[in-house]
Amino acid sequence: MSAATVTDSAAPGGRTRRPGQSAARTILVTAILLLVALYFLVPVYWVVVAATKTTEDLFATNGFWFGQTFALFANVREVVAYDGGIFLRWFANSVLYSGVGALLATYFAAAGGYALSRYQFRGRNIVFGTILGGVLVPGTATALPMFLLFSELGLANTYWSVLIPSVVSPFGLFLCRIYADASVSPSLLEAARLDGASELRIFHTVGLRILTPALVTVFLFQLVGIWNNYFLPLVMLADQDLYPITLGLNNWRSQTDRLPEFYELTTGGVLLSVIPLAIAMIVLQRFWRGGLTEGAVK
Amino acid sequence: MSATEQSSAPAATSGRRRRSSQLTAAPWLLLAPFLLFFVLTFVLPILVAVGQSFTRVTRSGVFGEQGVTSEFAWFANYAQALENGNFIDSIFRMLLFGVVQVTVMIALSTVLALLLESASARWPGFFRAVYFLPYGIPGVIATILWSFLYVPGLSPVIDAAEVVGIELDFLGAGTVLWSIANIVTWTYAGYNMMIIVAQLKAIPTEVYEAAEVDGAGPLRVAASIQLPLIRPALVLTTVFSIIGTLQLFAEPQVLSTVAPDVDSEYTPNLSAYTTAFAYNDYNVAAAQAVLIALVAFALSFLFLRLTNRRS
Repeated sequence: MSAATVTDSAAPGGRTRRPGQSAARTILVTAILLLVALYFLVPVYWVVVAATKTTEDLFATNGFWFGQTFALFANVREVVAYDGGIFLRWFANSVLYSGVGALLATYFAAAGGYALSRYQFRGRNIVFGTILGGVLVPGTATALPMFLLFSELGLANTYWSVLIPSVVSPFGLFLCRIYADASVSPSLLEAARLDGASELRIFHTVGLRILTPALVTVFLFQLVGIWNNYFLPLVMLADQDLYPITLGLNNWRSQTDRLPEFYELTTGGVLLSVIPLAIAMIVLQRFWRGGLTEGAVK
Repeated sequence: MSATEQSSAPAATSGRRRRSSQLTAAPWLLLAPFLLFFVLTFVLPILVAVGQSFTRVTRSGVFGEQGVTSEFAWFANYAQALENGNFIDSIFRMLLFGVVQVTVMIALSTVLALLLESASARWPGFFRAVYFLPYGIPGVIATILWSFLYVPGLSPVIDAAEVVGIELDFLGAGTVLWSIANIVTWTYAGYNMMIIVAQLKAIPTEVYEAAEVDGAGPLRVAASIQLPLIRPALVLTTVFSIIGTLQLFAEPQVLSTVAPDVDSEYTPNLSAYTTAFAYNDYNVAAAQAVLIALVAFALSFLFLRLTNRRS
């Protein structure tokens, strides 16, 4: 990965380097970048170390180095087994909310964005303007009234109460529309029409395929957005069994003042929840670039 | 739908008519699922919030057993929300927070993006991944992580500072706001950097070649070429950060258990949450939610106006 990115981003436009000056500059710039990298990694490093410690060691030994006993596996076992495996349940809930939510959100945003981009119809601008307004509405401002609404509908404190709001991504629709404007050519659609394909079929075969780069970005954004969400499930859910991992871990952490053994559970749980995301962020890194911002910032 | 059908009907063959009616129906069919959920999760809640914020609910009887009456309350709930000194304080606290934190974060993101895209950076792919990593860590979990580094007795940072004779207090009255700012910056700096990097990559190479011919050094290139050309990305990230600042919730809520100065009305959102769920006053909470959204709109709009005028 790094080999490819070095060549693509080094020396834009093939600027020629003056040898001496450039070597000094490389060292200086790389040193700054390394220092900043330390800042971003320190909390993660701390939790890796802390997760290997017993509660006594956690307070008695230096936080940046390992303690006398290496209790990582005991801690992990404890995290997974505690309260009948509730941690795994929270983790599965998070995967469900973010996986299903992001998948549907991407499909809906793609269909809507494509429709607004490729068709002239009455009300198009009003619809688009309203949805664009939705991008600017703070998510937390709608959570409280949504709770009241969902309570009336009997949806509060169910899986649906977190899933339903997760399938709407106004920003995703906005990105899809811009991407469709730039990449889905009207002549291609006309050709498909002459072949006798129905409009819905054209979208599902031609449209979705061309939109794919934007869809990957929208999917990842929504996935991370739902995974990271805290306020909405906090407002909606009372039943611990429905909690996503964010709510669950905070529940454990809030018990640490009274019951110190929750420190191990919390640090171990945080570590376990960060690992898959860290891997995903690094592996999927290249997908975060294309599509997304090229359109959004124009 | 009927208007289009009529206008094309006279001359149309039946095939063309079917085509044109399909053309009018198709966009609505494609939009339908999005619109359905958009109405359910944006339009209706906003209407409910506005409606609730203008309603006063009175319960008769000691426990409300003699019935509940709702009436139109004009701006009574808004007046009550605005008379709450803690709520107003929390808004000003977020303004101060935003001016400092958003500025520092966007500056950091811009510098990192420029350095990573400069010819002098080694291993840019590695650094980009490291800086972006915290974005994948939920705010709550980021706060749990940092709170361990803030709490005396647990924090190796405080221990280390003590060795050299500095007493650090991350959770005191004057410092905790900036400890929260640090968590937010840590979480989102890399994300904003990615948006800026994407726009830097979109600058055509000819522009750099022209600068090269004119003998411009890297600082000159950054100041006169790159910064002006990435302005849209900077405006976008700043507006999103302003909106995010007014929504601040998870970080102070999690820290409130270890920092006594973070009370239940520390941020506007925390205040609305407390009003709704601790005081069970949904109507005033709805007024607060509407006010928060209005302030977010006003600030975003103001910022966009300011940046547009300057160009």
